Amino acid sequence: MSGRVLVGVKRVIDYAVKIRVKPDNSGVVTDGVKHSMNPFCEIAVEEAVKLKEKKLVKEVVAVSCGPQQVQETIRTALAMGADRGIHVEVSGKDYESLGPLQVSKIMAALAKKEEAQLLILGKQAIDDDCNQTGQMTAALLDWPQGTFASEVTVEGEKLKVVREIDGGLETIKINLPAVLTADLRLNTPRYATLPNIMKAKKKKITQVKPSDLGVDLTSRLQVLRVDEPPQRQAGVKVETVDDLVSKLRECGRI
Amino acid sequence: MEDNNVQVFVFISALGSCLNGWRKLSQLAELPETHLIIRQTCREYADKELTPIAAKLDKEHCYPAQQIKELGAMGVMAIEVPEELGGAGMDYLAYSLALEEISRGCASTGVIVSVNNSLYTGPILKFGSEEQKKQWITPFTTGEKVGCFALSEPGNGSDAGAASTVAHQDGDEWVLNGTKAWITNSWESSAAVLFATTDKKLKHKGISAFLIPMPHPGLSLGKKEDKLGIRASSTANIILEDCRIPLGNLLGPRGAGFKIAMQTLDSGRIGIASQALGIAQASLDCAADYALKRTAFGAPIGKLQAIQFKLADMAVAVESARLLTWKAALLRDSKKAFTKAIQVLGGMGYVTDMSAERHYRDARITEIYEGTSEIQRLVIANQVLKEYQQ
Repeated sequence: MSGRVLVGVKRVIDYAVKIRVKPDNSGVVTDGVKHSMNPFCEIAVEEAVKLKEKKLVKEVVAVSCGPQQVQETIRTALAMGADRGIHVEVSGKDYESLGPLQVSKIMAALAKKEEAQLLILGKQAIDDDCNQTGQMTAALLDWPQGTFASEVTVEGEKLKVVREIDGGLETIKINLPAVLTADLRLNTPRYATLPNIMKAKKKKITQVKPSDLGVDLTSRLQVLRVDEPPQRQAGVKVETVDDLVSKLRECGRI
Repeated sequence: MEDNNVQVFVFISALGSCLNGWRKLSQLAELPETHLIIRQTCREYADKELTPIAAKLDKEHCYPAQQIKELGAMGVMAIEVPEELGGAGMDYLAYSLALEEISRGCASTGVIVSVNNSLYTGPILKFGSEEQKKQWITPFTTGEKVGCFALSEPGNGSDAGAASTVAHQDGDEWVLNGTKAWITNSWESSAAVLFATTDKKLKHKGISAFLIPMPHPGLSLGKKEDKLGIRASSTANIILEDCRIPLGNLLGPRGAGFKIAMQTLDSGRIGIASQALGIAQASLDCAADYALKRTAFGAPIGKLQAIQFKLADMAVAVESARLLTWKAALLRDSKKAFTKAIQVLGGMGYVTDMSAERHYRDARITEIYEGTSEIQRLVIANQVLKEYQQ
């Protein structure tokens, strides 16, 4: 395998931020809130860069869909070792309704256009937790998929992927080209080195419009309402196991 | 905290009178993208790798060898060193940002980074020959080896011109005798930039700078000082007894030692200012967090005006200090005279009210090393009077 890897990186609200719902319940507050690269996307970038360091791939291309600000996220991927970036410009209402279906169409179109051999994504984004984009993209491309990957080994023109599944670990062998989605234990993302951060400044980010890729961004979903989870109520302390059982019976839990 | 009010006042008036560089600085209200990423990367590193162990490092006086190697791999141990020599090849603003974030996580790690950058690689970069740079800088960029700076002596600190450590030529060697005191990184260092008198009659013009490998015959270390703060970094005496080094170990011209030391400290002060900023920010974070959680009289204490005023004062002091530090870094990068700016911030007691005792202990040193607050005041006074005499 000696080709090009595409890595999808998503700009999300930073994991440490306390999320607040907008007063009109139409969504969450994003203005002025700290954003960063989705943690699973960081793991995806790290895996791609590792493959390049092992000389198993020639070029790592970081892709992100969104408004101007996503260029920061692409730049971070470049600082980690990606060679160039592609910014798919989506803004306004289109960005608000952008979901896995639209992104997977974009990714599939780019994978074909860039003649990629491998597409690595994070298994899910921490804002919507959809866990769909990788799978949908593979289906659109009719490529095999190795999702929830916790270990990837190149074996000639195939990939051996160890997947984290409910029952434990599953090992599969898939042909290239393929789609992988990164799970938590795949690797530990590196801290960008200062020289690489400087070099990233000179690396190229090309801008592309979804229409250039022939992708229709219309959403088939409409968000009706966003609410906060119910406030956690204080618990009750009991003295004995018998008390516990009777309390559980009282509230109809058993 | 009367002292700090006066100092904040001095900053603000100094800021007002430095209109020349001000316009350039206010364009800096938004840092360039690369610098934002550098700051973010160092902050993440500090949050994940330094903050969780800082208390333990402090308690056990433990040198963070693993972390220094990791920081070396990131390029943080040699930020201004050009890439050909193994460094990160960045500007002083990047250095200031990186150091602030590192120090926010752990002040001791911050000082180890600072000494290696400003006080060790700094003078060699500026005054060393190409051969000396390769030999004495490149191995010290990875975090595997660190260097130290030996100027102070038991008999003189602020009056560096009175150095009593001597070096005399004997054939093709220098022979050094004397004692250096308060040397940061001494116990972990593989080399020192050390100052000794080569011509006593010339007084401060008779001091020269030398490069000494460590360990080395004739060089021994005193006991590690048990310090109030920055306890994970070692501070000890360096004792020279007929310590012999090749003639080629002279750094810069003979007799230029005092100039080298002063110029090095001028730059180093920006590093220490950044370290103090990091400690101040950590204290502010700590205080604000506590104010939101601790309740008294039925509400979080953050709702009480007395607490709010303290937090506001802290925030203003930190922000003004930060802008001044950035300004000094910028001026130094554009090779303009920057001593005016750092003279004001050098002697700060940034941290007004600490709820974390370690920050308080760590912060106290920033008023002492690389130029005591008292000396800073003399320098500032001299400058002010000079202006009014014109």
